[in-house]
Amino acid sequence: MANFLIKRLVLLIPVFLVVSVIIFMIIHLVPGDPIDNIVQIGSTPQQKAALTAKYGLDKPLIVQYAIWFGKLMTGDLGEAIILRQPVSSLIAQNLPHSLILGSLALAFSTVVGIATGALAAIRRDSWVDRTVMAVILLGSTVPSFWLGLLMILVFAVHLGWFPVSGARSWSALVLPVLTIGLGGVALVARVTRVAMMDISRRDFVMMLHAKGVPPWRINLQHILRHALLPVVTILSLRIGWILGGAVTIEYVFARPGLGSLLITSLNQRDYPVVQGCLLMLAIAVMLGTLLGDVVQALIDPRVRERTG
Amino acid sequence: MALLSVTDLSVSIGRLKPLDGISFDIGKGEIVGMVGESGSGKSLTAMSVMGLLPLIGGKMTSGSIRFDGIDLATLPEPRYRALRGRRIALISQNPMTSLDPIIRIGAQIDQVGILHLGLSDAAAKARSIDIMRQLRIPEAATVHGNYPHQLSGGMKQRVVIAMALAADPELMIADEPTTALDVTIQAQIIQIVVDLVRERGLSLMLITHDMGVVAQACDKVVVLYAGRVAERNGIDAIFGEPQHPYTRELIRCIPRHDQLRGSLTGIPGAVPSVMDYPSGCRFHPRCADALDICAGAIPALEQKAAGFAACHAAINAAGKVSAHG
Repeated sequence: MANFLIKRLVLLIPVFLVVSVIIFMIIHLVPGDPIDNIVQIGSTPQQKAALTAKYGLDKPLIVQYAIWFGKLMTGDLGEAIILRQPVSSLIAQNLPHSLILGSLALAFSTVVGIATGALAAIRRDSWVDRTVMAVILLGSTVPSFWLGLLMILVFAVHLGWFPVSGARSWSALVLPVLTIGLGGVALVARVTRVAMMDISRRDFVMMLHAKGVPPWRINLQHILRHALLPVVTILSLRIGWILGGAVTIEYVFARPGLGSLLITSLNQRDYPVVQGCLLMLAIAVMLGTLLGDVVQALIDPRVRERTG
Repeated sequence: MALLSVTDLSVSIGRLKPLDGISFDIGKGEIVGMVGESGSGKSLTAMSVMGLLPLIGGKMTSGSIRFDGIDLATLPEPRYRALRGRRIALISQNPMTSLDPIIRIGAQIDQVGILHLGLSDAAAKARSIDIMRQLRIPEAATVHGNYPHQLSGGMKQRVVIAMALAADPELMIADEPTTALDVTIQAQIIQIVVDLVRERGLSLMLITHDMGVVAQACDKVVVLYAGRVAERNGIDAIFGEPQHPYTRELIRCIPRHDQLRGSLTGIPGAVPSVMDYPSGCRFHPRCADALDICAGAIPALEQKAAGFAACHAAINAAGKVSAHG
C-alpha cells in the first residue's frame, strides 16, 4: 500500500508541471490585460508601457512563466495587480469558505446518495425505486442556481428558517449545502443504483445466495462494497468541481469563496490571482483523484496490485 | 426413501417453458449424473432444487421437489435459506467468477460455518483450513488469507468445493464443476469431489455433458433433452443397453478426448431452442430411428427393458415397440 501511494504521488509531478503551463498560458491567451483596468483615463502610452513593465508583462511569455514558476517553487504566488494584496492571503481568506461548503456538500451527497441509491437498487421496481428515480431525474436536470433561488424563497424568505445569504453563521450554510449537495445526491444515487443492479447479476452473488447468506448481508457486505468503486470515482472527480464550480451558488447566496474570487479576478484579468485560484483547483482535483485511487485500492485488492 | 425426489417438475421463465415434467430421485449416498447438451435444462434443474429460480426470473409451474421429506416448493424462504449451504450445497460451474473478487478466500469459506453452524470466527477459520487441507490445497493457512485472483483456476474450484463442504451438507449439486478448467485439472477435481462424497456418504447430483465423467463417477444417470427426461437408468444399463437413441448418440461421443470439450459434434443437427421446440418427441428431427408418430405424440417416460425412457421407438418391457403396440 505504501508502495502504491508513493507511485501515485510521483505520477502527480509531471501532471502538475503540465497543468501549471496550461493555467499560465490560457489566461494570457484571453484578450485584454490587467493594465487596462488600472491605467488612469487619459494616460499616455508611455505611462501604460511603464506600468506594463512594472509588472513584468512586457517580457516574453516564456520568461514570465519561468519567473512565476520559480516564485511558485518557493511558495510565493505573487501579488494581485488590481487587488494589491499577496495572492496567498486572498486565497487564505476565500479558500476556507469553499472548503467548508464543498466538504459538507460532498459529505451530504455521499451519504444520502449512497443510501438512496442502495435502497432503490434493493427495492427495485417498487414505489421506493420509482420515487428515488423521479427525484434523481429532478436533481440532475434542475439548474442549481435556480434551485438555490427557490430554496431562498421558500426556506429563507417565507419560512424564515435560514438566513437569505452571507457566511456569518452555521445556519447560513444549510441552504447552499443542500443546493450543491442535491445535484451530487442525484449523481451518486444513480451510479450506486446502476452499479448495484449490475453487480447483483454476477455469478458470485448467485453463489452467495446458494450459500444461504441472507439478502441484506449480500446487499450490504458484498454488492454495495463493489458498487462503491464507481461511486468513489465520480466523487473524486467531483471534489474539484465542487470547490470551483460552486461559483454560481456562491453568487446566489452572496458567499465569499474561491469561485467568486476567480470570477472577479478573471473579469479584471488579474493574472496572478487567476493563476493562484486555478492552481488551487488543479491541486484539489489532483488530490481528489489521488484520494479516490487510494480508497479504491483499499476496497479492491486487484487495484493495489496493478499499480503497487 | 430417496433423499431428493423431483416429480413432474416444470419451470417457466416469462413465456418460455424450459423445463417440462422432469422426474428423478437421488438416494442417500448416491451419485446421480445429469447429462445433456447445453440448454437441455440441467442447470435449471439445479437452480430449482436450490430454490434460486426467482433470481433468474423463473418460476415452478407444476410438480414437487421433496428433500428428506420436506416439500421445497412450498417452503418459506427463511427456512429454505437455512437449508441452502447447510444441507444442500452448490458447486458452481465457473470458479473464476463464483468467488467475491474483493474478499479474502478464507472469509468466504468461514462465512458458511459462521452462518450455519454458529461457529466463532476462530473456530470457523480452523474448520475452513482443515477442509482446505482435505481438498489438498497446499499451504492452506496461507491461501486462507489470499484473494481469489491470486489463485489458479483449479485452486479456486477447490475453494468453491470447500465452501460447499463447510457446513457438512447431505446433498451436493455440482453444476459442471470442471467445464471452466484446464483439461489436465478436470479429472483431478472430479476425483476429489467423488472421493469426498463417497467417504462422507453424501449424495451428489453431478451435472455434466461429459459421458466419460459419468462413466467414471456415477451410480445412476438422468439424460435430459430439451427440458425433458429422455432416459433415466442405472450406470451399467445406460452404457450396456441404452434405450433412447439420444443416449446412444451421447455414448458414441465418449472416447474423443481430441475434440473440444462441450462440442458434441458427433450428433447431427443442433439442440432446439427453447423458443421453438419441435412437436412430439423433441429429439425426432435429429433421430435416426424416428417413426411417424414421433413428430405428433409426446412419448411418456415409461419403464423399458431397463430403467425408464421416453421414446416411441424404444423396446418396452414387454418386448414390443410401443409405437406399434
